[in-house]
Amino acid sequence: MEILVCVKRVPDTAENEIEINSEGNDIERDDLVYSVNEWDNYAVEEAIQIVDKVGGSVTVATVGDEESEEVLRREMAMGAQNGLLLTDDAFEGADGKGIASILTAAVKKGNYDLILTGAQADDGAAEVGGMMAAMLDVPYASLVNTIEVQDGKLKIGREVEGGNQDMYEVEMPCVLSIQTGINEPRYVGIRGIRKVASVEIPEQGASDLGIDASNVGGDAAKVKRIDYFVPEMGEGAEMLEGSTEEIIEKLVEYLKAKGGLK
Amino acid sequence: MADIFAYIEHNQGVVDDTALELLAAAKKIFPDAPVTAIVMGSGGDVDKVANEMTASYNAVWKVDNAAFSFPDAEAARKALVNILPGDCVLLLPHAHFGMDLSPGLSIKLDSVFLSDVVDSEGLDGNTLKVIRQEFSGQVSTHVHADISNGAVINVRPGVFQPDESKAGGGDVVDKSGDIGDVSVKRKYLETVQAEAGEVDITKSEVLVSVGRGVEEEDNIEMMFDLAEAMGADVSCSRPIVDAKWLEKARQVGTSGQTVKPKVYMALGISGSFQHMGGVKGNPFIIAINKNPKAPIFQMADVGVEANILEFVPELTEKIKEL
Amino acid sequence: MEPLLQSPAAFDVFGIPTVIFSVLIPVVAVALFAYIIAKRLAPIVKARPDYRFDRPVERVKNILKIWLAQWRHPRYMMAGVLHIIIFFGFLILSVRSTELVIKGISEGFVFPGLNTFLGDIYYTLKDYAATAVFFAVVIAAVRRGIFKPERYQYTEAYPHDHTWEALLVLFFIAALMVSESLFEACHVAAQIQAGIQPDFLAPATLGWFFKNLLVDESHAMLQNLHIIAYYTHDIVFFTFLCFLPLGKHFHVITSIFNVFFMRLDKGNIRPVRYGVSEDQLDDLESFGVKKYEDFTWKDVLDFYTCADCGRCADNCPANTVGRPLSPRFISLKARDYAFSHYPLMGEFVSGGALIGDIFSEDEIWSCTTCGACEEECPLGIEYINKIVDLRRGMVDEGNVPQSLQKPLQSLEKRGNPYGMMEKKRADWTKELEDVEVKVLEKGETAETLYFVDSCTSYDDRMQSVAQANARILCAAGIDFGILGKAEKDSGNEIRRFGEEMLFQDIKAHNTEAIQNSGVKRIVTGDPHAYNVLKNEYTGLPPVEHISQVILQAVKSGKIKLSGVTEEEKDKVFVYHDPCYLGRHNKMYEEPRSSIDCIPGIRRVDMLRSRDRSFCCGGGGLMLFYEPTEDERMGVRRVKMAQQAGAHVIVTACPFCLTNIEDGIKVAGLEGKMEAIDLGELIAKHIIK
Repeated sequence: MEILVCVKRVPDTAENEIEINSEGNDIERDDLVYSVNEWDNYAVEEAIQIVDKVGGSVTVATVGDEESEEVLRREMAMGAQNGLLLTDDAFEGADGKGIASILTAAVKKGNYDLILTGAQADDGAAEVGGMMAAMLDVPYASLVNTIEVQDGKLKIGREVEGGNQDMYEVEMPCVLSIQTGINEPRYVGIRGIRKVASVEIPEQGASDLGIDASNVGGDAAKVKRIDYFVPEMGEGAEMLEGSTEEIIEKLVEYLKAKGGLK
Repeated sequence: MADIFAYIEHNQGVVDDTALELLAAAKKIFPDAPVTAIVMGSGGDVDKVANEMTASYNAVWKVDNAAFSFPDAEAARKALVNILPGDCVLLLPHAHFGMDLSPGLSIKLDSVFLSDVVDSEGLDGNTLKVIRQEFSGQVSTHVHADISNGAVINVRPGVFQPDESKAGGGDVVDKSGDIGDVSVKRKYLETVQAEAGEVDITKSEVLVSVGRGVEEEDNIEMMFDLAEAMGADVSCSRPIVDAKWLEKARQVGTSGQTVKPKVYMALGISGSFQHMGGVKGNPFIIAINKNPKAPIFQMADVGVEANILEFVPELTEKIKEL
Repeated sequence: MEPLLQSPAAFDVFGIPTVIFSVLIPVVAVALFAYIIAKRLAPIVKARPDYRFDRPVERVKNILKIWLAQWRHPRYMMAGVLHIIIFFGFLILSVRSTELVIKGISEGFVFPGLNTFLGDIYYTLKDYAATAVFFAVVIAAVRRGIFKPERYQYTEAYPHDHTWEALLVLFFIAALMVSESLFEACHVAAQIQAGIQPDFLAPATLGWFFKNLLVDESHAMLQNLHIIAYYTHDIVFFTFLCFLPLGKHFHVITSIFNVFFMRLDKGNIRPVRYGVSEDQLDDLESFGVKKYEDFTWKDVLDFYTCADCGRCADNCPANTVGRPLSPRFISLKARDYAFSHYPLMGEFVSGGALIGDIFSEDEIWSCTTCGACEEECPLGIEYINKIVDLRRGMVDEGNVPQSLQKPLQSLEKRGNPYGMMEKKRADWTKELEDVEVKVLEKGETAETLYFVDSCTSYDDRMQSVAQANARILCAAGIDFGILGKAEKDSGNEIRRFGEEMLFQDIKAHNTEAIQNSGVKRIVTGDPHAYNVLKNEYTGLPPVEHISQVILQAVKSGKIKLSGVTEEEKDKVFVYHDPCYLGRHNKMYEEPRSSIDCIPGIRRVDMLRSRDRSFCCGGGGLMLFYEPTEDERMGVRRVKMAQQAGAHVIVTACPFCLTNIEDGIKVAGLEGKMEAIDLGELIAKHIIK
């Protein structure tokens, strides 16, 4: 089975507050470190596990600049056989649909049975997978938390409310967006990354993919992020004062308003 | 002006809370435009929901087809493409169904997709201005979208106050005949229920979380009473699991579960970053702790300085009276 | 005059001269023994290299102390004394037994020298030795078979009960003692009957007892008994010899080698591969131990040598709190593996991955590398290196618990396991109003570097330890500074976690930063940093622990300490030895002396202290991962302190402090007990 996994390089923001830069048009990136989007990492692990079982190969692709190569290498160190860097100045400023168009063009140039994406990214909109499926006119499922290969079809589970799981049988090719927890991604150490450090990662731009650059870049984007801002936040908690009865009354009001009572 | 639609989620005839939240969102974006509810399903449930929606919506389109006895986004997308007019705006809840349906639908309709919208600043010509959140709600962004070709908008559940004005009075229009072929290559098999008896706190919307302040195992029961009265699940901090007063599956924190509730009530929890690292999704945090300097008060929205062992029974009583 | 008894060399039975047996038994047995040993050597030959031939003088010293003088045995008094009796009995009787074997071929053989007065001494000694051994064996058998001390128990983790083996060997030894004594007693009884001057039999020995029993027996009876005793001894002796390499009594043969080759240094981890330098590591196909043949020959020798005495497990904190690890079972399972895959008969079989087969992941992650097992093992068996090598293998396969992946990635990207920003590393100095802490960057230098390390830099609670240590350094008049954002985690735990390449990167970074700072010495309050900087970094100035600085400053009068406060007056203090200060670096006295410098302080020791200290369970990354356990180590430790009558636990390690403070809360002893860092305690008492 040939599997393409679409991954994204994102700032690793765990444990550190995000600050907005002085212009307000971006987050403060000076002290940020980047890594592969957590959901994508699960997707790559899943792809590797499927290929381990039924054979085939895993290709990881990303749309980005030279720096995005680092996440491709990390995923290749996990066990993906091929990397594919989709890079072009014309891709700058692409919106979700633009990214989906670029990736779709890459899919069409290959011969993939299964396309995986992460269900969402910290700085994303959980949209690229579904858009790609529509562009490719293939089945799609989001929030996938189990995949089983059965007689050329996939039996998958989707995570839905209440911890329940909807099971489907899906024909291939298809696009699935992967939810965290579907597996336990393997650890990639420095040693693993060094092993693939010299592997050539092909780069493809708009002309390689046969797409009209003006249709996918910033100019074509119909959805634009204008700025970043920090939502109003008080200094610590509002401390409820008064007699116990009064406090309880106020607390119950809050609980009602915030959906804390059923 | 484009036609405005809202997709009504329901479960076997029970309308989802988001039905009237979408109406509120639609009215905030397009104050004077009529809004049409779309109700898809199979059998009597559809009519029940559709009729219920007529009170609030200006019109209700119903689609009754066996394909929708289960909410299947793949089939729904095909049907919607056939019945929706071009350049329309469709609002859906940003939940597991909307996430499955909407991105692809926007492509099929050649409109824009706006995901997980938490607020709107209205329309400026063809530019729709909305607010979204990124990085687990740590920062917000203004997003502008050109909706001249229409839009599919996923609205975060729970952020818009439901529109209870019942100012609709529309009619039900049966669109079942217009949906065309809804056969799909993704076949629904079954829904596997979460294991009974075992609580999955990662899915809980309201958590009563117990920390060291509970002092003794016998007092845990008191917290369950409160949770039951609230309709919440009980989670806890590390020491409670260490003491084997609750099972590991209930532990919140970096070494336990990551939870994303709407409301998180921290009872006698000091609020270490290992613990709070497991609380994501920017819930409304209520902290009750006898130590006014407990760091939890820095992270909470509302705080009460009290001994939980004295405070909780009174709170439970009050909630039970409601 | 009746003839004296015929010796086995001259006797015949049904016309067959018994001397044939005297020759055949040793020849066959020695051949069999050689065959078994050759087979046993196979996995050792196939194993990876291990450099163990350096520093011969120290190695011989170890043999004299640990092997010959049985130095570690009396740590378990009863079992230790019994073992010492049997061990010395064996040493003494080995000469006699060899003599007996030759006597069966050559009548009247005596080793040169033993026909002089030396012989009189030796034979007396061996009579008492045999008697002592006999009684030691009887007591040991009763102990093992009836009282069954807990540490010999076999659990589900290793369900093969070896008690029969222990009892069988005790029986062998008893049989040897009895037959040897009987053999001689018959001879002496015959001498007495013959009226000639009997050979001397030391009074109150087995031989003397048998002689008195037999002196009235018939000559034929004595003759038969004499021969039977001889061949009983001969057969048991050689059966025992060939039985040794089949089980836990292999240590009788291997122990001297194992002690000679045992590790000489503490606090370090062996290289990924002996003979492969750090810059060549990238060329290695595989890291760590994944299959049996990835072990070094010393590892295999360790497995062979384990006597299943259970001392390691008894001292192992992981085992004590019910984690799925017992060091003893590591050895036993690995020995069984060698025996079954390198069988005495049949082909050698190459096995697959060890993890999942004989070891479980949780078992290997359970170790805190506290070193209690190695400290205790009377045979010099090592565990930390093996555990780390097994972890290296798992890390190389990407097999790392999910909860540990985040901290590791943070260490790679940010130099600390919490994922905090580098620029916040020196934030603890902001609240320190009374002391100016220099940051050694942009050419700024100082005489001493205070290496803070991640936990003390970032953890809210531990930042107060950093502040206290800064106050101490300042009060002692030391010109010091910190590296600030240029400091990364010291890497002690990273290495022990098995992530060698990350450790190498971090080590290179810190080494350069420290060298660039131009400092003349390094002081740290974190024993883990102390250990790794001192034992595993190279090219650094000398490293000291803050307790050394305190002691020196107090002794030289630079720091004066006030007496106990009103609050402390009625409290009893106890010092908890951090593993990486104590066992791994033998620093037991400095912290205690530092505490004792506070006038009027009352300090006690726990039963398990110094080299028997009980790990807090912290060891770096273990803060982020805990295997299943019945009780937390910290809680267990707090209860030990409570038993010692202490109210305040003083420690000198941020991990210990974290776990002990947690332990106090979990044990419900808040308000009754408290924990404090040594630095904090001293800083509180500095007279300005």
